[in-house]
Amino acid sequence: MGLLRKIRTTGRVAEPAPPRPEAEQPLAAGELRGSVQVRCVDAGSCNGCEIEIAAAFNPLYDAERYGARLVASPRHADVALVTGPVTRNMAEPLRRTVAAMGEPKLVVAVGDCAIDCGEFAGGYGVEGAVADVLPVDLAVPGCPPEPDQIVAALRRVTGR
Amino acid sequence: MSAAVGYAAVAGQVVVVGAGAPLLTGWMRQVRARLEGRAGAGVLQPWRDTRKLLRKEPVTPVGTGPAFRAAPALLVATTVVAAALVPLLSTDTPVSSHADLIVVVSLIALGTLALALAGLDTGTAFGGMGASREMTVAALVEPTILLSVFALSIPAGTTNIPAIVTGAVHEPARLTSPAGLLATAALAVAVLAETGRIPVDNPSTHLELTMIHEAMVLEYAGPDLALVELGSQLRLTLLLGLLSSLFVPWGIATSASWAGLAVALVLFAAKLVLLGAVLAAAEVFWAKVRLFRVPELLAGSFLLAVLAVASSYFLSGAS
Repeated sequence: MGLLRKIRTTGRVAEPAPPRPEAEQPLAAGELRGSVQVRCVDAGSCNGCEIEIAAAFNPLYDAERYGARLVASPRHADVALVTGPVTRNMAEPLRRTVAAMGEPKLVVAVGDCAIDCGEFAGGYGVEGAVADVLPVDLAVPGCPPEPDQIVAALRRVTGR
Repeated sequence: MSAAVGYAAVAGQVVVVGAGAPLLTGWMRQVRARLEGRAGAGVLQPWRDTRKLLRKEPVTPVGTGPAFRAAPALLVATTVVAAALVPLLSTDTPVSSHADLIVVVSLIALGTLALALAGLDTGTAFGGMGASREMTVAALVEPTILLSVFALSIPAGTTNIPAIVTGAVHEPARLTSPAGLLATAALAVAVLAETGRIPVDNPSTHLELTMIHEAMVLEYAGPDLALVELGSQLRLTLLLGLLSSLFVPWGIATSASWAGLAVALVLFAAKLVLLGAVLAAAEVFWAKVRLFRVPELLAGSFLLAVLAVASSYFLSGAS
């Protein structure tokens, strides 16, 4: 009963939807039309970006309302959300994960590390940025990026 | 004339279950999202997902055989046949004499088996694990479904589902008898387990180690995945529809008339919307039980079904 009271008093916590991002939809995303399944790949991140991605799907930011959903298998996914600099051990798993996805597929690099290795550039275990391993369709800068920016990037993909 | 109404009823059942299943899933997700304080993706989201998946590239993993490829079609086909047989809108259809309880339960079990074989066929660790769990659950659930409907078939004197439903419409006291109430509780738990809902399985989990149904379908992609998802949505709609037909049979057309069919259609949709909202709300309050405690839960529901059969036998007297 405590939970019932909590639900009643809390009501809706999702913030009003910000206006749709102006930027153009990536080419491959045109066929998805409002439904995007997302698979997260941590290629060597410090987990800061993972926390922000988790926040983007919480009730407050509610990325699910724009048609994005996290899934458990790359076979189900349209978008690979890659975080962190690509470490030597994760380069091959990352390639295989993206290879397992059916067309049309997109790779979204989340965070400064995924874009240009950030703090970890030149580290002995770092293979390179995500773009050195795979073609990247969309990048979300920030260290870590705010959930708002992740949601905006996902909205550019879903087109909602 | 009456034959035309009967065929329309069968076609109506298939179309309503087919088109309504994604909407019911979307509705349940929406109810759940609102209770969690979210805005929700909208009732139409499962339709968008299906449309997108149908356009995606089909992927056949290396090393998979016929079991993997045939399972999605088999799952949808068995469920559609069961949806045509079960008296969801009308008990007076051209196929109602074939709508035997054992046939319907076997059709549902065949779909489960096809998917479990597909899970094994992928040869992945999680596929095999999901298949083994699914068969464990299925072995406990199918007898419960059979027994709880047998409890209702004893007063009707037949295992023909339309005859059971017609009997309950004309004699509502059968449903409020101890046997009817026990059978309702047993079948409700069995339906939750069979459709992979909380507390037995979590349909939206991302953790492979806790998966049952999801673990078997990890390797499906594109159109095959669309069929698998549609199949599990159809099964949820069909089993909730069966539950409502057996225990809230009012409104189902018992004679061949267009007006009766229209009323049945509206009431069926209303019952499913209500049942879906109740189930979605209940899932917010429940947690998934540990896998090792699932057999205890299902054994409990089996016990209720046995009690229902016993009380139905003894309380209905020597008749």
